[in-house]
Amino acid sequence: MTTATATASPTATQLPQTTEGRNPGMDLDMDWVMRARANRSAIERRATTLPGRRSVKKDHQAAWLARAISCIDLTTLSGDDTAGRVARLCAKARQPVRPDLLAALGLEGLTVGAVCVYHDMIEPAVTALHGSGIPVAAVSTGFPAGLSPFHLRLAEIGESVQAGAEEIDIVISRRKVLTGDWQGLYDEMRAFRAACGAAHVKAILATGELGTLQNVARASLVCMMAGADFIKTSTGKESVNATLPVSLVMVRAIREYHERTGYRVGYKPAGGISKAKDALVYLSLIKEELGDRWLRPDLFRFGASSLLGDIERQLEHHVTGAYSAAWRHPMG
Amino acid sequence: MTVKHLFESMDYGPAPEAAGDALAWITDQGARFGHLIDGAFAAPGQTFETRNPATGEVLAEITQGTPEDVTAAVAAARRAQPKWDKLGGKGRARFLYALARLVQKHSRLLAVLETMDSGKPIREARDIDIPLVARHFYHHAGMAQLMEAELPGRTALGVCGQVIPWNFPLLMLAWKVAPALAMGNTVVLKPAEWTPLTALCFADLCQQAGLPKGVVNIVTGDSATGAAVVAAEVDKVAFTGSTDVGRKIREATAGRGIALTLELGGKSPYIVFEDADLDSAVEGLVDAIWFNGGQVCCAGSRLLVQEGVAETFHNRLRARMDKLRVGDPLDKSIDVGAIVDPVQKERIAALVDASGGWVYRAACEVPAGCYYPPTLIAGLSPADPLMQEEIFGPVLVSSTFRTPDEAVQMANNTRYGLAASVWSENINTALDVAPKLVAGVVWVNGSNMFDAAAPFGGVRESGFGREGGWEGLSAYTKPAGKRGAMAKPVAPFDGAEAEPQPVDRTAKLYIGGKQARPDGGYAQNIYDKRGKLIGQAPIANRKDVRNAVEAARGASGWAGASAHNRAQVLYYIGENLAARAEEFAAGIDRLTGGKGGKAEVAACVDRFFTYAGWADKFDGRVAQAPIRGLAVALREPCGVIGALCPDEMPLLGLVSLVAPAIALGNRVVAVASEPFPLAATDFTSVLETSDVPGGVVNILTGPQVDLAPVLAAHLDVDAVWSFSPRVDAAKVERASAGNLKRTWIQTTARDWQGAAGEGRAFLEAATEVKTVWVPYGA
Repeated sequence: MTTATATASPTATQLPQTTEGRNPGMDLDMDWVMRARANRSAIERRATTLPGRRSVKKDHQAAWLARAISCIDLTTLSGDDTAGRVARLCAKARQPVRPDLLAALGLEGLTVGAVCVYHDMIEPAVTALHGSGIPVAAVSTGFPAGLSPFHLRLAEIGESVQAGAEEIDIVISRRKVLTGDWQGLYDEMRAFRAACGAAHVKAILATGELGTLQNVARASLVCMMAGADFIKTSTGKESVNATLPVSLVMVRAIREYHERTGYRVGYKPAGGISKAKDALVYLSLIKEELGDRWLRPDLFRFGASSLLGDIERQLEHHVTGAYSAAWRHPMG
Repeated sequence: MTVKHLFESMDYGPAPEAAGDALAWITDQGARFGHLIDGAFAAPGQTFETRNPATGEVLAEITQGTPEDVTAAVAAARRAQPKWDKLGGKGRARFLYALARLVQKHSRLLAVLETMDSGKPIREARDIDIPLVARHFYHHAGMAQLMEAELPGRTALGVCGQVIPWNFPLLMLAWKVAPALAMGNTVVLKPAEWTPLTALCFADLCQQAGLPKGVVNIVTGDSATGAAVVAAEVDKVAFTGSTDVGRKIREATAGRGIALTLELGGKSPYIVFEDADLDSAVEGLVDAIWFNGGQVCCAGSRLLVQEGVAETFHNRLRARMDKLRVGDPLDKSIDVGAIVDPVQKERIAALVDASGGWVYRAACEVPAGCYYPPTLIAGLSPADPLMQEEIFGPVLVSSTFRTPDEAVQMANNTRYGLAASVWSENINTALDVAPKLVAGVVWVNGSNMFDAAAPFGGVRESGFGREGGWEGLSAYTKPAGKRGAMAKPVAPFDGAEAEPQPVDRTAKLYIGGKQARPDGGYAQNIYDKRGKLIGQAPIANRKDVRNAVEAARGASGWAGASAHNRAQVLYYIGENLAARAEEFAAGIDRLTGGKGGKAEVAACVDRFFTYAGWADKFDGRVAQAPIRGLAVALREPCGVIGALCPDEMPLLGLVSLVAPAIALGNRVVAVASEPFPLAATDFTSVLETSDVPGGVVNILTGPQVDLAPVLAAHLDVDAVWSFSPRVDAAKVERASAGNLKRTWIQTTARDWQGAAGEGRAFLEAATEVKTVWVPYGA
């Protein structure tokens, strides 16, 4: 399959550096970092009421769900991944929704945002996605714990970029956050960013292991100051992954970073988002807190594996009026 | 617009809540409503229209209640009350439970009706108002169930007249009706003219619940109907609405000896310290001032930001305002709905147009019609009218402060005292400031949190009385049993004879801890039963009242003294009085011509010990509100209490009023027994030797009938108690309307030496309940 000429989701805009001035980072501003506050109860109230404050119906809902698909990092991160499994996933990435449904929606050519794999699966993925314009993202730096030797973590990034990954999802050292070593976190992130070169870098904060929302806010700021292109909640391997309260804290940090530096950093919630309705809530959160500009794959991604299936069923329901079944949609 | 276009634009699009079922309900009822009187809908009388403010369409014809309608409703309530009371708490609990269930079962119908009639966003009606209504009935079903066990000695008031506003039509109904019914009262409720529909739907639910006829009566109409309810033969009036109307109701009920609670306006401060989570504080403002379009009595309408973060905060606030969605209240994605009526919209516009400061109107789209844009007026100072006046619309005013002390000063620089918000991540700052705010409700790092278990109500001109929780029940109960009428005034002894004194004694007023000559320079001769001159009592005038109140206000440090320290002072007074018991007993006997002096002094010593005991035991309570956090109902002193002492028991009467008041941190201006004032002036020397700080107790002597109205009208007095047979209750209560001070006017006899002479009734009168919400989370 070749890149569709009239795609609904021009792949050229899926990488931040192609349309936005890439966040160069800045000197670590500890004054700013230490002033970051996150009031958990107020944040939770906002997060709890958000689904009731915004509702998207009918054609709008279908469009929003398609938008969600365009922002999915279709992911497989399993010990039993094989080239064949990854190839199947990539085929699904190219054609995430049945062609008849996309035709009915007028959204032919819709693809997901990227395919996300471990290092060893980069080559099969790049091969499988050849010509689609869909970038391959690789998790790196001793994912998911980030506890392998630092030089090996840096080397891993280099090898993944060389293997063709255009996006690198690094994991931060949680211990640096938990011990308040913000300079150490900054330096590490700086080094990761440098190792990525032209590939764009997503900083996984593993928020489920950071203890407090205030730590999430501070770690978000430090990673952006150190040049992260995206900040991402979770590896998907922590016991608590993406949540709305954590997302609120991170996108507010992104907003403030943009206000003060003019650079837009992307956001990727990952893990635990499996329902179409959840995706709509996340999109409305981004729309409310960051604005429409962020509702594009170059600045927003869902890290998800099962979300697509639920959205497919909802889209078929939208097109036919009848509730759908999982087996009617091609698996990835 | 194709899906593909929408895929690019990512607009929300319309998400309308269907109105069909609610409209069908109106149609089924004939779209013309009479009153609910004696268990049945009366035939509609002369009607007016209730409209959907968002569209202007007429929803139904509503009957304008006449005084005759009100009389009929009150008569029905009166007939129903004894049986309803006799049913017992457990029997009533079943009905309240049924009403809670019915509200839940018909929740969407009620929510849609509410939105159509009031213009509030469907999200608020659906997610906040109606769930809180159900919660209120559940909570009070429990109160009814527990009444006999937990409130022994309390009984229903009788028939309650209740007048409610248009901003939370069904919720205010629930707040009024649920506690009244739980405690065995019956009600006549008048919903607001603009928003009667959910009350009428509730009438329908009462019938479905099989509520005995006459227990709930609903009379619709305008303010004239409301005035008729207030004027009717009811035992209690409960009102929620504007301070102006509240004042009129205070005047109209003056001297009638009926219970009154008022929940009135506010200009609630919203304080943001520099260490707050600023984004959350901005979001909190959305819930504070744009909740229900700011048409909320406790709206956080007065923003106070610490100077260092003011610019950042205002920038973020304006950006947030631009994101608000104003429009069709039935749309599920709307933040700010319609203003309740064009009259109200014009009022808001006129106030904003006349204001100084930097006016910022949100850059969001505002549909034509009865809508007003979210507005911020920054750069105001307390002297600007809109920092003081309630706007009752989506308009926030703001100013800045430098220090926590200044924040408190600015926050309290208002005639109102309903609610306040404090935002700080520093627990020391937040928990220091919260108790200092003059308000009935304080939210730490939040706003507009409500629950049936947490008392709600105001101080100052925001009214009095609490709704919710155990504290709210005192507004719908009274002590059981009948009390005799108060004794007639005791005539002072007359005489002409004087006996030579070894050394002349000069009784003076006691003001600010000092013996003070009366301003007027007059004194009254006091004789004993044999007609022999005992001495002279100073005649205080209005200037002495002024001086005494000033001294009392100045002694505010007493409220901050620890309860343990106050107890020590009370014990010490008792100790010093006991040491001079014989002298005081003899003095009392000579003054009164009786023989009870010894027993009276003993009772006085005992009373000081009682309230010394109580000082650190009249605790607040942690309410079981459904939050992760604390909702703490604190007992705070009222402030300055004017107390008019009874004629009889010249020392015990004084002590019975002063001791509970000062035990809980109040300062008192007491006007001594008129026929026997010298017991009080003698007592000042005990106060002087007992470490009572100057100004905490001030004692005046003189004609109570002259001094009472001055105290009652004094705008810096927070409460007036009268146990004097000479004082005209009507006059005092009318005068109290000036600053809506609390009044406790005794018209029945009281056995000062018995159990009725002390205890919880006094402690409750001496305190205000402040509910402090402290949500938390690491």
